[in-house]
Amino acid sequence: MTDHPIGLTIRGGVKVYPGTRALKGVDFDLRMGAVNVLVGENGAGKSTLMKVIAGVETLTEGRIEMEGREVHFRSKGDAVKAGIGIVFQELNLFPNLTVAENIFIGHEPVRAGVDIDQAAQANATAALMRRLEQDITPDTPLDHLRVGQQQIVEIAKALSQDARILILDEPTSALSAAEVEVLFRVIAELKAQGVGIVYISHRLDELIRVGDYITVLRDGEITGSRAMAGVDIPWIVRAMIGEKTKEFPRTTAAAFGDEVFRAEDVTLPRAGGGFAVDHVNLSVRKGEIVGLYGLMGAGRTEFLECVMAQHPASRGRMFVEGAPLVERDVAGRIARGIALIPEDRKRDGLVQIMAIRENLTLSSLGLFTRLMHLDLKAEAAKAMEFVKRLTIKVASPENPVSSLSGGNQQKVVIGKALMTSPKILLMDEPSRGIDIGAKAEVFRTMRDLAAQGLGILFVTSDLDEVLALSDRILVMANGRISGEFPAGTEAATVIAAATPSFKKDQAA
Amino acid sequence: MTASIASPQQNWLLLVLRLRTFVALLLVLAYFSVMAPNFLSAANAVIVSKHVALNAFLAIGMTFVIITGGIDLSVGSIVGLCAMVAGWLVLNGVDLGIGYSVWFNTWEIVGITLLVGVGVGLVNGLLITRLNVAPFIATLGTLYIARGAALLSSEGRTFPNLSGTAEMGTASFPVIGTGNLLGLPVMIWLLVAVALGAHYVSRRTPLGRHIYAVGGNERGAALSGVKVDRVKLFVYMFSGFCAGLVGIIIASQLQAAHPATGETFELNAIAAAVLGGTSMSGGRGRIFGTIIGAFVIGILSDGLIMMGVSSFWQTVIKGVVIVLAVVIDQAQSRLQARVALAQEAAVGR
Repeated sequence: MTDHPIGLTIRGGVKVYPGTRALKGVDFDLRMGAVNVLVGENGAGKSTLMKVIAGVETLTEGRIEMEGREVHFRSKGDAVKAGIGIVFQELNLFPNLTVAENIFIGHEPVRAGVDIDQAAQANATAALMRRLEQDITPDTPLDHLRVGQQQIVEIAKALSQDARILILDEPTSALSAAEVEVLFRVIAELKAQGVGIVYISHRLDELIRVGDYITVLRDGEITGSRAMAGVDIPWIVRAMIGEKTKEFPRTTAAAFGDEVFRAEDVTLPRAGGGFAVDHVNLSVRKGEIVGLYGLMGAGRTEFLECVMAQHPASRGRMFVEGAPLVERDVAGRIARGIALIPEDRKRDGLVQIMAIRENLTLSSLGLFTRLMHLDLKAEAAKAMEFVKRLTIKVASPENPVSSLSGGNQQKVVIGKALMTSPKILLMDEPSRGIDIGAKAEVFRTMRDLAAQGLGILFVTSDLDEVLALSDRILVMANGRISGEFPAGTEAATVIAAATPSFKKDQAA
Repeated sequence: MTASIASPQQNWLLLVLRLRTFVALLLVLAYFSVMAPNFLSAANAVIVSKHVALNAFLAIGMTFVIITGGIDLSVGSIVGLCAMVAGWLVLNGVDLGIGYSVWFNTWEIVGITLLVGVGVGLVNGLLITRLNVAPFIATLGTLYIARGAALLSSEGRTFPNLSGTAEMGTASFPVIGTGNLLGLPVMIWLLVAVALGAHYVSRRTPLGRHIYAVGGNERGAALSGVKVDRVKLFVYMFSGFCAGLVGIIIASQLQAAHPATGETFELNAIAAAVLGGTSMSGGRGRIFGTIIGAFVIGILSDGLIMMGVSSFWQTVIKGVVIVLAVVIDQAQSRLQARVALAQEAAVGR
């Protein structure tokens, strides 16, 4: 533990984006032959710091040094030349090409400048696979590999460019337990070969196991940095979220009404075995805000999609106000009073090239239709009513929705859902990609809606958010509901439930 | 208050760009009336309109299909198949195989033929929605199948003398393509009816809104409760209906049905739709734009013929006009997005 040379340092690192300071004077040492763990909540600045190291972003202020000399990475290529490789959470691979082709894409060994040296490429790939102790032949098509093996191909890709520093962003979020073990063995070998590894994850038990050094980020500042020896989960949680929680508008807890939605035994098989949603039971009452917390890949989004009839393979029973939900299509479920606000506004929530008015009314055209005739006046009036009610800032409801800011777009999605007069609102990461001011407004809207008797089930990965907003907290891990807590529960308890193997370790 | 954000020049330019197909129409009209003296006569206008109408029917159906993000390559073949079906029914009736044949009057023949067109459209729609075949491939397949069926029906020969007989109730068959009503050809009235109906559906019905939504963001539309599969089935069936209509009109006009009828018609229909501002990536397009687009193409070719320009050059000019139209379309989209962004940014502040 003592002789880990520092391979890269950042001093006074500041990164300013329009409107936010993502990094506020960060000092970071990256040690070679060791695993440098980076942890923090969403938006704490982990990704920014990592992108700065990998040359994807440049620092606004401060400097980066390698071996005592200041370095400037203007592009990812510069960082690669300096021996820095990065494996993003979303794999950047080509499923239609072979393993060897994937590894050498963009830097193929060529003869005479044009002809790819297939033999050299295959040999180098085979050597890399031996180094990583993988039984994968170079000409295997990538889409024949499991996700865990694909991840290792990504690592091999970085190593093929002589990476001495390897950044892994949430490498285990899509892996099975066995694949995680393989990855950890690979990491141990790389360490022994002197590679400096930056390891980013939300899974705290994993961090403690694999890490040699830990750095905790909160709101762009480093709140803890030390060797891993003696670190425990309570220490990490304290450093991550501090003693206080952020303030969100909060009304006094109202008396809740009757149960408005119940799911019983909902399951969704995962491709390749197991369950993405594993026998989930939950219920929401009128006027209640239920927060569904969990890590990426816990199955929360998939559960909401099951409720919205997006997975024909899902099984289980659902009830709205006690009556079974038998409708098999989205329109039928909307008619029964279910509304979904999807996580990805661009992809799922809005039709970007349509007008703001057309987006608002898309789910409720029946309100303005007699026989086949659409009453455009009534439609425009209703759209304006919702623009005012949700204080959506628009110049003209006829402009395309894509011209709005993220926060206002989110309000359009909410407006579209509310126009269907839902009884239960499903919200998937409702504050993703919108600024702090808009966030507070969205949360206030959620409170108001609950006060009007709507049941709300919202998914979030933000601990502050789930603690501040929820009347009741449900935690999901590995497709199962792994905990249920009342409002005012300790942060550490909630995190522990989201990290499934942690409880086991505590008990042992 | 909104207009003040964009500069006057921007607004002016945007208006011109938005009306570009119309401007293009006026330009070709003006050019040919100067260059070809007889061009603007009433008689010539009727002739040109009849040429344009055939393409316009197909282009209207095509516009709906393209707005959903699809394509229908089979319309030309459906035209041929439906012409043969109509010809067969006028000439031979349906042989029941027991020594008797059933004969149909004009109305029944029109109905049956249109059902055949809608049926091929239904096959396209089912291939695309149920079997997940890409629209390009599905309709390429039916292009060949329908054309093959048309050739098989007469073993490649033409059905001649479709003038009909009074005793079978088919004497009125030639009227569809050649008759006049209130001084205008019947087929022009048909076009007006189909165009107004299609425009109404696209602008004033939930179905029309759903067609645009599916093309703009299929997943988003589905999550909003739009029945995507039904919308797609409708547009391909409607496109088949339009093609069937054209098949009947051609058979009636020529009083003969040839199995090669309608070859490459699909390309002219796509060209008219694109020229009229329909976006190949889906979500954008207007029926009236498409009709103006069809007129620009039709007037261009008829005018060039009257001026004695070689048909080879006509083909080149048509291509240039189509590419130009799409380039201008891109410029308009960019400008429009900029103006809208500026407006909204001003309010957001």
